Amino acid sequence: MQQYEWDFGAVLAYWPMLLQGLWGTVAISVLAIILGILGGGLVATLRMSRHTPLRVIGTIYVEFYRNTPGIVHFFWVYYALPVVANVNLGPLEAAIIALATQSSAFYAEVLRGGIQSIGKGQWEGATALGMSHTEALRRIIVPQAARRMVAPFVERSFEIIKTSSLASTLAYGELLYQGMQVASITYRPLETYTLLALIYFLLLYLLSSLAKLAEDRLQEV
Amino acid sequence: MNDTPTPDTGAPILRSVGLRKSFGSLDVLKGIDLDVKRGDRIAIIGGSGSGKSTLLRCLNFMERPTGGQVILDGERIGDARVAKDGSETITYRERDLMAVRKRVGMVFQQFNLFPHMSTVENVMEGLVTVLRRPKAEARERAAQELARVGLGDKLDVYPGRLSGGQQQRVAIARALAMDPEVLLFDEPTSSLDPELVGEVLRTILSLAEDGRTMLLVTHELGFAYRFATHVIYLSDGVVHETGTAEEVFRNPQRDKTRAFIARSSEFSL
Amino acid sequence: MGYQFDFSMVIKILPVLWRGVIVTVELTIACLAVGLILGFFVALLRVSPAAPLRFVGRAFVEIFRNIPALIQLIWFFYAFPIVIGAQLSPFVAAVLGISLNTAAFSAEIYRSGIQSIERGQWEGAMAIGMSRAATFRRVVLPQVFRRMLPAFTNRAVEVAKVTSLASVLSVHELMYQGRVLSSTFYRPLEILTTVGLVYLVMIYPMTWASAAMERRMRRRA
Repeated sequence: MQQYEWDFGAVLAYWPMLLQGLWGTVAISVLAIILGILGGGLVATLRMSRHTPLRVIGTIYVEFYRNTPGIVHFFWVYYALPVVANVNLGPLEAAIIALATQSSAFYAEVLRGGIQSIGKGQWEGATALGMSHTEALRRIIVPQAARRMVAPFVERSFEIIKTSSLASTLAYGELLYQGMQVASITYRPLETYTLLALIYFLLLYLLSSLAKLAEDRLQEV
Repeated sequence: MNDTPTPDTGAPILRSVGLRKSFGSLDVLKGIDLDVKRGDRIAIIGGSGSGKSTLLRCLNFMERPTGGQVILDGERIGDARVAKDGSETITYRERDLMAVRKRVGMVFQQFNLFPHMSTVENVMEGLVTVLRRPKAEARERAAQELARVGLGDKLDVYPGRLSGGQQQRVAIARALAMDPEVLLFDEPTSSLDPELVGEVLRTILSLAEDGRTMLLVTHELGFAYRFATHVIYLSDGVVHETGTAEEVFRNPQRDKTRAFIARSSEFSL
Repeated sequence: MGYQFDFSMVIKILPVLWRGVIVTVELTIACLAVGLILGFFVALLRVSPAAPLRFVGRAFVEIFRNIPALIQLIWFFYAFPIVIGAQLSPFVAAVLGISLNTAAFSAEIYRSGIQSIERGQWEGAMAIGMSRAATFRRVVLPQVFRRMLPAFTNRAVEVAKVTSLASVLSVHELMYQGRVLSSTFYRPLEILTTVGLVYLVMIYPMTWASAAMERRMRRRA
């Protein structure tokens, strides 16, 4: 067997394409995280509502996303949603809708888990002081819950960044898609995909180290 | 307890000489000398933080001492190496410590039963995995020990379904099954509800009648008095006073001991 | 809003989807089995007293958790064959990628399980003369398996979802069949919706079982 000669240079020559891809990854991830938090707040409100129908809707939403693969959501939004809604969606819009609706479900669970982890005694203590339900939630429960939600929130956000690579299947130019183009131009899949793996690893490892730092800082308060 | 067998006066079964233990910069034991003869029942008493539990845990190497010696049946445990400046470091081999623990049993404050095994399996575990007894024989022996602590009807029950007092009696049976030469009790009733303390204390006293060699760390001074042939009062990591139970409880020689004992209602007179 | 949902299409494609379901199940079982076994050994490295072994275990976990699963699959299909000088079938490449990914996540489940066993359990066993190895095998591990069963079930849910990525390598599993059918019949709405529902029916029972186990354990505690 002939020894394979590694040549990262050939791949790195296309760095502007990869950089563009990295930008694409960051852009849809950030958008999806922001929209996901907003959507998650809404879904969590439904899930914890006193009205059964609202609760049922929230639960169905969450369970649907938890129990179906992400790639199905991407394809459904890109190919099926335009049929139902009679709209035209580009890969970017479709990817963001898929990623944001999916992360809404997961963030909703983070919010709910955090709020429900606060003991009944805290609610009782607050109402005993004459606070209303909303006041108790805002002044007593949420501040305590927020701290417990940091770790699962960070974990979920990392999942979003990783899941954003599925946008490549819709030909949206994020990191993986751009990498695929580079691989086919250079005929160097080994170097290209190894490099991609490395970029993702460094990106997420860096972010998780930052997150850990922030978490430790928060726990001290 | 005058009707119990008198301790023999032969060579000590368990000794410690200058035993020390530090956790980081905190010196918990500052040189403890201890002689345990066969048949002795020693109560170790003292305030919290006095080092009494640590002392007990060093004797079967749940904690590794940082200095001094533990001598079991005339044999020193651990390999001592003397450096050029005369300081001594001791290394312990896990194999040697396992051999010690086979001969020195322990009952814990938190019972430490195995929740995934029934009571009889808990008691059999050491017999089967450590002493390599056949299962049938081990089960029979385990059943005997459980009957002895009054739980002969609970063989196949899981610990989670037993009261704290019953769990602690299973733990005692588990230790007894190994037929240890010395039995250590680390505050065996401290995590029990008050109404369950009695059954455990009665079980321990019944062992005294068999002439077992036992060391007990406890807060229950009244029980210590009834149980012990000898008492050690530890304070701040050293033996502050020692003697027979009668001497230490009825006629303490030092002020600190007297003050400590007077805190218990039974000896406040 | 004139779109007519064509239910006959759903009936028509079910036999093909069923073939995909079988491959999805095969893939899930294979990856879960390899991943759980390999993950156990990685966890042993993670809790080893020897620092170099701990480092190797940590590196494995960080690498396979921080790189998107899709990149791992693509790497094993397009890049890995160049390293070993032999082509891999899509199925084998998918099993390799997903199994290693699963191993990394399972290793963390084992590790947190091992570390959740109270010190008293070790002490109780050591006090009757048991060796560390015997204590680990007879006392700690059985409790880890019990305590971590819900977490392992959750992992199975994730694996079942991740296998859908194998469609990118043209493994003939459920998602792949859905994609092919939807481009053949131009009926993405009916077909992709059905695919999503089939996944839901397959995966939801596992989610439910995991939650039920957790509830039962909490009641017992």
